[in-house]
Amino acid sequence: MEDREVILDIQNLRTTFNTQEGLVHAVNGISYQLHAGETIGVVGESGCGKSVSMLSVLRLLEIPPAAIKADSINFKGENLLDFPDHEMRKIRGSKIAMIFQDPMTSLNPVLTIGFQIKEPLKLHLGMDGEAAENRAGELLKLVGIPDADSRLADYPHQFSGGMRQRAMIAIALACNPTLLIADEPTTALDVTIQAQLVELVKELQDKLGMALIWITHDLGVVAGLAERVIVMYAGFVVEDAPVDSLYEDPRHPYTFALLKSLPKLHEKPGEQLETIEGLPPDLLELPAGCPFVPRCAFVKDKCRTENPGLEEISLDHKIACWVDIKTGELR
Amino acid sequence: MSDNNTLVRVEKLVKHFPITRGIVFQKQVGAVRAVDDVSFDIRKGETLGLVGESGCGKTTTGRTILQLHKPTSGDVYFRDINLVEANDGTIRELRRDMQIIFQDPYASLNPRMTVGRIIAEPLDVHNIGKPNERNDRVQELLKLVGLNPYFVNRYPHEFSGGQRQRIGVARALALNPEFIVCDEPISALDVSIQAQVVNLLEELQQELGLTYLFIAHDLSMVRHISNRIAVMYLGKIVELAPRDVLFANTLHPYSIALLSAVPLHNPAAERARKRIILLGDVPSPANPPSGCRFHTRCPIAEKRCEVEDPEWREYEKGHWVSCHFVEKAQQKM
Repeated sequence: MEDREVILDIQNLRTTFNTQEGLVHAVNGISYQLHAGETIGVVGESGCGKSVSMLSVLRLLEIPPAAIKADSINFKGENLLDFPDHEMRKIRGSKIAMIFQDPMTSLNPVLTIGFQIKEPLKLHLGMDGEAAENRAGELLKLVGIPDADSRLADYPHQFSGGMRQRAMIAIALACNPTLLIADEPTTALDVTIQAQLVELVKELQDKLGMALIWITHDLGVVAGLAERVIVMYAGFVVEDAPVDSLYEDPRHPYTFALLKSLPKLHEKPGEQLETIEGLPPDLLELPAGCPFVPRCAFVKDKCRTENPGLEEISLDHKIACWVDIKTGELR
Repeated sequence: MSDNNTLVRVEKLVKHFPITRGIVFQKQVGAVRAVDDVSFDIRKGETLGLVGESGCGKTTTGRTILQLHKPTSGDVYFRDINLVEANDGTIRELRRDMQIIFQDPYASLNPRMTVGRIIAEPLDVHNIGKPNERNDRVQELLKLVGLNPYFVNRYPHEFSGGQRQRIGVARALALNPEFIVCDEPISALDVSIQAQVVNLLEELQQELGLTYLFIAHDLSMVRHISNRIAVMYLGKIVELAPRDVLFANTLHPYSIALLSAVPLHNPAAERARKRIILLGDVPSPANPPSGCRFHTRCPIAEKRCEVEDPEWREYEKGHWVSCHFVEKAQQKM
C-alpha cells in the first residue's frame, strides 16, 4: 500500500460553524492520508463530521457561518486551502468529484439528465456539440442505464431512485476524476438497488483506477468495499485501520461497541443486542477529555481530563484511546 | 391455518388506491395495487417480520389491518371479529387493543404538544381515567420506556431521534394494547441507537405479552426480532416461514436475492461471497407485470411465469411460498 503515491493528505483539519447557539465544533483536528487508487470507508453516526470533513476538503461550505482551518490539505502535493476560488472551481467536478446522498434532491429537476452530464464536460474539458452528446451517452451506458442515448433527453423525475444515483455517478465520472467522494450514496435506496450500485462502483473503480472515499453509517457496506476504514466520533477520528483488522480486532471502545451492537446474520437469534447507552456529545460544548467517556465501558480517570490523540498501536492500525481494551488497563 | 393461538388473521386482503383524472367529473383511470391478495396470520405473543423494498406495500398492509385504510376486499380478523364488517363503534373499541408505532419519530409527534399530552392523548380520546390518574399513567409509561418521568412537560424538539421513538412507543402502550404494528420503527435512527430501541421492544414484549407485526427493510434486524418472517414483493407476499427456516432454506428467488444483498459485517466473507444482483428496478404497482410479478427481474424465469400467477402454497409445514420453480431456484441460485 505504501508504495502508492499519496494523493490526499489531510493534516489537522478543523471545521466549526457559527450558529445562534454558539460555535459548533463539527470537525476537531482530523488527519489522514489517501493513496492513489485506494478505497477508504469513513464510518460514523449522523453528526459525527464525516460529511462536513469532506465538504471542507472540497471547500463547499459557506464561509461564514463555517470556518475551515487546517495545517494543510494537500491534494497531489498542492495545498487546496491556498487555492483562490476560481482555481478551486477547476478542481471540483474534474479532479475531485462527489456523489451526494440523496439522488432525489441533488439533480436539478428542470434540466434534462443529458444537460447535467454535459455540464462538467463543457466546463472542464471544453467539449461541445456532438462530442459532448456522444460522451454523455457513453457515460450513461457505462453506469448501466439501458438505451442510454435516448434517455439523455429525460428529466430526473422520469428516472427511478437507483437510476438517478447512476446518473449522479455518470456526472461524477465525466472528467475521469483522480478522487471520487461518495457521501452515503446508497442510504436512500433499497437493499437490492444498493447491492447493484456497490457492485457498479467497484467495477468502475477497477476500470478507471480512481481513489474512492465512501462515507457511510453502514458498517456492512464498507466491509466488502474498502481497503481501509476510518471511524469518526464527535468530529474526531477514533480509529483508522485496514478493513480486516478493524472488523476482526477493533481496538477503540466505540468501534468495538458499534460492531457488537449489530445483529449478525449467523449469530444465535433472540439474544439481547448489546447497546451503546447514552447519546453522542453536544458539539457546542466539547468535553475536556475524550468525547466518548459518557458512553464508554472502559473509562479511566485519565480519559476524563485528557483527550487522546491518534496513535499507531500496530502496523497501520491507529486509535485514539488511552486504554487497551484487551486488558482494560491504560496502554 | 388458524387455531386458538391466532390473534390476527388476514384473508385475501386487497387494497387498491384509485388513480383518477379530471377535477369536476372525476373518473377512475387505474389503480395502484398496493396490496394484492395477501393472506397470513399472526399468533399471540409472536413477532411477525414483514420485509420488502420500498413501495412493495408493507406499510399499506399494516395500516389496512388496523383499518386505517379501508380494504378494497378481503377480511381481517382480530380475535375472530371481522374488522372489515365491524361498525365504527366496534372498531373504535378494538383500537384500544391494536396500536401502531410510526416510522419517522420526527414527523409522528405533534411539535406543539408536550410529551405528557402526546402520551395521554389516547387516554383522553378513549375517556379512560380521571385527569390525575392519567398523569400517573403517563409517568409510569415514561418510566417503562426508559425516559425520565420528569420530561412530561417538554416538547418533542428537545429530544433526540431515539428518545422520540421511545415517546412513540409510550403512546402506543398507553391503552395496554395486545397487538402493535411497528412500522419501520428503527429505520430513521442511528446504528448505535437502533439496538437500544429494539431491545426496548423486546423487553416490553416479554413483560406485557405483546404481539408485533414488525415492518422493516433491514433483514438483519428483522431476523433478530422476529419469530416468523414474511417477504413481500410488489403487493404480494412471496414467502413466509419461521425465521431460521427462511434463512437456512430460502425458497423464493426474490428472497434468495434479498438475503444475498444484505451486507455482512465481515470483510473476508463479504469479499468471498457471490451476490445475486437483481437487474432493473421494482416495476410500478400501478401497472404490475402479468403472471408472477417477479418475472421481469427473476434470474430463473420461464415462459410460464409470464402468464401464470403462481399459487400461494405450503411447500413444507409452516413454510409458504409462491413460485412455480422452487427446486430450480434452489439449484441455480
